[in-house]
Amino acid sequence: MTTTAIRLENIVLERPGGFRFVADLAIPSGARVALMGASGSGKSTLLDLVAGFETPDSGRVCLIGVDMTAASPAARPVAMLFQQDNLFGHLDAFANAGLGRSPGLRLSATDRADVMAALARVGLAGKEKRLPAQLSGGERQRVAIARILLGGKPALLLDEPFASLGPALGREMTALVAEIAAARAMTVLLVTHDPDEALGFAERTLFLDGGRIVADGPTREVLVDAPADIVRRYLHGH
Amino acid sequence: MARRDGSLTAGNAALALIGLVAGGAAAGLFLAGLADPAGAIDAFDARLAGVIGFTALQALLSTTLSVGLAAPLALALNRHAEFPGRALLLRLFALPMALPAIVAALAVLALFGRAGLLAAIWPAMGGGEWPGVYGLPGILIAHVFFNLPLATRLLLAALSSAPANHYRLAAQLGMGEASVFRFVEWPVLRAALPGVAMLVLMLCLTSFTIVLLIGGGPAATTLEVEIYQALRFDFDPARAGALVLAQVALTGLVAAFAGAREYRAGNSAAMSRRPARRPPAAFAIADAGFIAAAALFVIAPLAAMAASGAHADFGRLAGEASVRRALATSLGLGALAGLIAVAAALALASARKTLADRAAPSAAVYGRAAMLILVVPGAALGAGWFLLVNRFADPGQFAIPVVVAVNAVMATPFAFNVLRPVHDSGRDRHDRLCAGLGIAGWNRYRLVDGPMLVRPLASAFAFAFALSLGDLGVIALFGSDAIQTLPWLTLTRMGDYRVDDAAGLALILGFVALAAMALSDRLARSENP
Repeated sequence: MTTTAIRLENIVLERPGGFRFVADLAIPSGARVALMGASGSGKSTLLDLVAGFETPDSGRVCLIGVDMTAASPAARPVAMLFQQDNLFGHLDAFANAGLGRSPGLRLSATDRADVMAALARVGLAGKEKRLPAQLSGGERQRVAIARILLGGKPALLLDEPFASLGPALGREMTALVAEIAAARAMTVLLVTHDPDEALGFAERTLFLDGGRIVADGPTREVLVDAPADIVRRYLHGH
Repeated sequence: MARRDGSLTAGNAALALIGLVAGGAAAGLFLAGLADPAGAIDAFDARLAGVIGFTALQALLSTTLSVGLAAPLALALNRHAEFPGRALLLRLFALPMALPAIVAALAVLALFGRAGLLAAIWPAMGGGEWPGVYGLPGILIAHVFFNLPLATRLLLAALSSAPANHYRLAAQLGMGEASVFRFVEWPVLRAALPGVAMLVLMLCLTSFTIVLLIGGGPAATTLEVEIYQALRFDFDPARAGALVLAQVALTGLVAAFAGAREYRAGNSAAMSRRPARRPPAAFAIADAGFIAAAALFVIAPLAAMAASGAHADFGRLAGEASVRRALATSLGLGALAGLIAVAAALALASARKTLADRAAPSAAVYGRAAMLILVVPGAALGAGWFLLVNRFADPGQFAIPVVVAVNAVMATPFAFNVLRPVHDSGRDRHDRLCAGLGIAGWNRYRLVDGPMLVRPLASAFAFAFALSLGDLGVIALFGSDAIQTLPWLTLTRMGDYRVDDAAGLALILGFVALAAMALSDRLARSENP
């Protein structure tokens, strides 16, 4: 029996300059959903509404059945992985990951063991003392994934986190996230520009345009089998 | 290729100008020492040591107070990214720095002086007779009025340069204010603090006008003011030379120390917006009180000066031939100095870029030459030239060329900083394209570089103009009844106790300088893409 992890109820959000975002959406627990669309179509706005970085002008944001429209980002059961600046440059990998457990970095012996285990889980055993500048781009994102593991939040928002890593490394990282999400039954929203990434990762895809969700269905159907005109133009240019 | 070598010729001409201004001043000093070696050596006495000590003391205290208050103020403003009047407050904080020093000094006196606003209302509030601020406390108040807003703006810019995603991450992880400070704010603040402190220290070490007007006597005097006294009143060239030497050594020492700590605000490449912060109520109340107090400290002197300037009889002032002549002289000298500064800055930037593209090590010379002059205060250059010219003529006759040249050289680093990034990126983007299309020489200026540089050039000119307009350090040495600028006339009216006149003139001066600064700012913002 699956519950609804993310529910956007009659959301309206307007920004100066004429941008208007509307959404009414339900995503069940454990689902993996890709968000696609051109720049400015509202993908990041959708993530920000879920994460609590944006507050809607009207409508409700319910997470795991609780109305969290006005809740602070920290109070919400979601973690986010950004494309860049995920880590604090002056803290080593251990401390950066440890922030997921304690935002003041007060770690008990158990916590410290958990941090070591999480870093090992993402393949960074032995690199705990490295500063972000001493890690590769892929390794930096692994530290951020370890931090998310330690936070234990049930939902994960990914804002093109692997877009700058190159195709092979990007696929590897997506696979790692998929593995972790499956093991913990996490709900994942992934913003991507790459249809292959969406096909490989998400069973469901939302396509946004002009602040609205214009296509919503199984990924293969939305992108390949029966793409709407607007999706076809985005993917193939005609 | 012809054009590129042309750019080297122009760059060398700019180098020659800077060399001439600095070399002439040095020659003047050297000859003064040579003419009276015993006097020059005797001048390094206990009194000089005392002046050096006070110069350093007031600068260190001013810097500690300004930056010490600016850091928590910038943090408070950083915690509250949106409140009514925030943008206005930050614009207001740009004012003291944009005002000529004499206007800022008069503003402080209009509020805190013995005849100021506080003197009028203090007894009525039961405070007894207002003693007026002068001496060290007066200098400190004026320097904080001048530098607190500047330091706050620079530190706030540094805090804003922290990646937006770090603030988002802090919000998502549920960091308290202490953790946000420790993990997000402190690293960028710590990186910016030394550079900002060095900048403020340098400004306070070379502060002339404020100390002259507010110091109020031999107990609170700095090297710059002593140079002026030695030349204008005691006429003691050997002592003036010793003072200049001490001044250049002091600023040179600080500059050498600061070399590695040059202030540079980073730019966050992240496109995401910073989330609104929700500091606890106790923070919000304390921040509001602190911000309001700082705003009052900056606004009150300006308001007091505007009020006292309003007493001035502008109709009569505008009718006076001396005022009209001083205004015309100021505008003319400022425009001339601004033009030369912008031309020299562009020539240096162009030559530097040409040589840098050839990977020639000499490229650094042009960049350094533009900046080197920051180490030598204008009053020291003026004093050197005064000593040189004085050997064969009445210095007053050379007022115009010396004032223009020294102010032009002083404004060059600022113009250089405005022009260089736009100029260099334009060259990088267009050099190969122009070479491919065969666009060169005049056509290139007309079609490519000119349109792109016209706004930065105008912006740099307006800035250099405003800077020269407010000069008092050089004109104070060379000024006479024959050659008067607005700051000089303001100073002489103060000396004659015509306080309303001085306030009125300061208001006019401040208005012209602010208009030029605002224009410069607007032109810089609306840069071509």
